[in-house]
Amino acid sequence: MAEPVMEVVARPPESMEDVPLHYCPGCTHGIIHRLVAEVIDELGIREKTIGVASVGCSVLNYNYFKTDFQQAAHGRAPAVATGIKRVHPDKIVFTYQGDGDLASIGTAEIVHAAMRGEKITVIFVNNAVYGMTSGQMAPTTLVGQKTTTSPRGRSVEGQGYPIRMSEMLATLQTPAYIARVAVTDPGKVHRAKLAIRKAFRTQLEGKAFSLVEIISTCPVNWGMTPNEAIAWANQNMLAYYPLGEIKVPPEVS
Amino acid sequence: MAERMLMKGNEALAEAAIRAGCRFYAGYPITPQSEVPEYMSRRMPEVGGVFIQAESEVATVNMLYGAGGAGARVMTSSSSPGISLMQEGISYMAGAEVPGVFVNMMRGGPGLGDISPSQGDYFQATKGGGHGDYRLIVLAPGSIQEMVELMQDAFDLADKYRNPVMVVGDGMLGQMMEPVTMPPMRDLSTLPAKPWATTGAAGRKKNIINSLELDPYVLEKHVQSLKAKFDQMQATEQRHDTYLIDDAEIVVVAYGTVSRVARSAIDAVRGEGIKAGLFRPITLWPWPEVALARVVESGRVKAFLVAEMSTGQMIEDVRLTVSGRVPVHFYGRYAGVVPTPKELAGVIQNLQAQLK
Repeated sequence: MAEPVMEVVARPPESMEDVPLHYCPGCTHGIIHRLVAEVIDELGIREKTIGVASVGCSVLNYNYFKTDFQQAAHGRAPAVATGIKRVHPDKIVFTYQGDGDLASIGTAEIVHAAMRGEKITVIFVNNAVYGMTSGQMAPTTLVGQKTTTSPRGRSVEGQGYPIRMSEMLATLQTPAYIARVAVTDPGKVHRAKLAIRKAFRTQLEGKAFSLVEIISTCPVNWGMTPNEAIAWANQNMLAYYPLGEIKVPPEVS
Repeated sequence: MAERMLMKGNEALAEAAIRAGCRFYAGYPITPQSEVPEYMSRRMPEVGGVFIQAESEVATVNMLYGAGGAGARVMTSSSSPGISLMQEGISYMAGAEVPGVFVNMMRGGPGLGDISPSQGDYFQATKGGGHGDYRLIVLAPGSIQEMVELMQDAFDLADKYRNPVMVVGDGMLGQMMEPVTMPPMRDLSTLPAKPWATTGAAGRKKNIINSLELDPYVLEKHVQSLKAKFDQMQATEQRHDTYLIDDAEIVVVAYGTVSRVARSAIDAVRGEGIKAGLFRPITLWPWPEVALARVVESGRVKAFLVAEMSTGQMIEDVRLTVSGRVPVHFYGRYAGVVPTPKELAGVIQNLQAQLK
């Protein structure tokens, strides 16, 4: 009897551990993890990459990537990454941070790492709420958006307009690559991967700071189904946070 | 070959750190220790090391966490308010077992206080400072030469125990000049290997530097293993020094700058026939309880006088060791005021009069 011919047509990235992720149903962290891991695989840099985990829903992501990792205090991942990269300039160092971590408690560290032009890559996941602590208002929460600490909706009076980190960082002269992408439909996922690859290549080529902001969803804390959350993000988040490359070094293709 | 030079305390400790193999310094300007980052900014590039002027003390300590976790010998220096800002990161380093050296040139507080010498951060250094169950080895030099030597030990102890180490001085020790003999430059290839460091998982399992563990039973095991290290430090790392203590009936307990004032005061009262001596803790933690208990048990001491540039912090450790067997008195100047030898001699004379 002939053996059935088996062929591998798809497999998880080498740079990801074969373990279940703890994320909620419909959360897009899993997609983003996979994109980062695929890029690390494709660039052949798994054994020279060091990740920095932040505080938030992705706090445990050192369990999911098959690279060296350091877990950072809340907001301080860019400072931790600075320390690692300056000690090992030949290694590839990336941080993975949410919007509470990067755009609230960690604003000083991200601004100054970008200003110094640290040769690190920042994966910045923006889902407009504090996910891990169950849905409080973030600096990125949209005007009118209801959260557990803005029960009447975020108001401009007293809470202001949401912060656009990528545009703000792009006012600095030193950073090399800053882009905003989304993972809210397959075409956008593909473009997100291209941006992540460009950001890592920027670092590989020894150029300054690179950052990819990724518009993400949080169905559980937004009080929506995954499909509703995707539709809401496409309609509302992208209207306030336009996608595209905001700062590009001409040499990086 | 030993080199003898005249150096300011802050510059001497910086050079001593480089000789000990420190190749990563991050810091933020604050009086009275800004000569340290200034010196490091000149010197680090000469030895292939890294100097970063960080955006804050908060960023500083996290740069140390990253660089120390990546395997380098790392340090920072600051003064009281800046060290307060670093406490969260020190706790993370202790939890994640990242070695690093912190120098605190203490100044008067609380709050912004002033920029004059103080010992008001004893509690912060020895009793925690940051959150959670951890300890720091705290070294308290009494001279610039000793500071240079203790910097070597600080890096070795940090690596040995994979734990942060703090060196405490004050504005006086940082700013004054003394002749020092510098140790030779350490050969980096002789430093202990760090197979746990994040260097890229090439041909090995990945390394993770982390203080998070959500299962309390697993975290309890981790904290037990930290405690075993702290127990070992207490058993093997206590250090102290004494001066004219063999026949002393009044023993002054003082560290750092105050210990020098105390020596002069003791010399003065010895001239009047008062049998005074000095017990000087060099490790503030682990507290040198074994040696101090021996002094108590000698039966000769009629009174202890704890002298500090604080309202009374170290005295709590003295009292724990003395345990009511001998009266323990206190003399403190604080908020940046340094007691004079004459002033302290007067306190010893008064104490002697009470004993009669």
